[in-house]
Amino acid sequence: MATDDATTTDPGPHPEPEQAREKAAPTRSWFAGLLIAVLCALLGFALAVQLRTVDSDQGLAGAREEDLARILADLQSRQDRLRSEINEQQDLLEQLGSGEDSAAAAVEEARRQAEALAILNGTIAAEGPGLTITISDPDSTVDSAILLDAVQELRGAGAETMQVAGVRVGVSTALVGEAGDIRIDGIAVEAPYVIVAIGDGQTLSTAMQIPGGVEDKVLQAGASIDIVPADQVVVDALRPLDEPEYAEPAPDPDD
Amino acid sequence: MRGLRTGPLIPILGLLVGISAGILLDPSVPTELQPYLPIAVVAALDAVFGGIRARLDNIFDAKVFVVSFISNVVIAALIVFLGDQLGVGAQLSTAVIVVLGIRIFGNAAAIRRHVFRA
Repeated sequence: MATDDATTTDPGPHPEPEQAREKAAPTRSWFAGLLIAVLCALLGFALAVQLRTVDSDQGLAGAREEDLARILADLQSRQDRLRSEINEQQDLLEQLGSGEDSAAAAVEEARRQAEALAILNGTIAAEGPGLTITISDPDSTVDSAILLDAVQELRGAGAETMQVAGVRVGVSTALVGEAGDIRIDGIAVEAPYVIVAIGDGQTLSTAMQIPGGVEDKVLQAGASIDIVPADQVVVDALRPLDEPEYAEPAPDPDD
Repeated sequence: MRGLRTGPLIPILGLLVGISAGILLDPSVPTELQPYLPIAVVAALDAVFGGIRARLDNIFDAKVFVVSFISNVVIAALIVFLGDQLGVGAQLSTAVIVVLGIRIFGNAAAIRRHVFRA
């Protein structure tokens, strides 16, 4: 720390002795220059080495205890931050995954409901266990009331869907007309009337055969009836969807 | 020896040789010396700036420069070493850096006044 002192506080002593020395010992000039060069080389060397050391992180080996503690604390808080970030991202990922699952489940449920409603409404064909009833009416004595009875008895016995003489029965199906001129939903049908219903075949045929029931009425009218339960019947007549003209879905009170 | 006779060539040449040697050899600093090397470098820089200022003031003395250079480095390293032994090494090295930094700034300001006359 002498250079600054030499330049500021005691510049006095130097000039005259220096000139004297210069004359007395000119050989010292190159020696001093060499010394200065060596010192500067040392400085450059140390500078380069230090820059390398800082750059390459190996400085940690010689760092002080308190510095190491500080670095460690920094790294730990950084690690904590990154950990919590990982947790957040994982939560988000799980949410997205479960959202995808529940969306798929909702789609599946909606599809199932749509199928059930379509079967009930008669917009798609259906198959399953059930029975086939054939009412042959050679003398045109079976009127629409008997067929209506049959439909209602079958429904009451748990038939899920059915068709009468090739016409699918839905919620708004109407059976009208006199014997020999029966119309179902405005479509004229002719004997023999074949009713196909899906449900528990045994229960359905029992419902047809109760005393005073459909079978009795058909026989009283002078026609014949043939009831055949089967493990597999197909209801393939379709009816257009009854689009509601006035009714709209009411808002869900839970919302 | 007024500095101008040797010119700025020798110190600059030495500096360049030292830097290239440091880069080319890429030696690893011994662990015990690692806390002192940056302090020593700053102390040496202070001596060099002081020397440049003395040159511009035309009062440069090679002996003063050499002695101040070596003593700067040794004293700075000693202070830090002492601080390490006392358990206040980090604080003392900060103190040394601050003092040397202030001196470098002062010398740089003097050099600036010489060079730019402002």
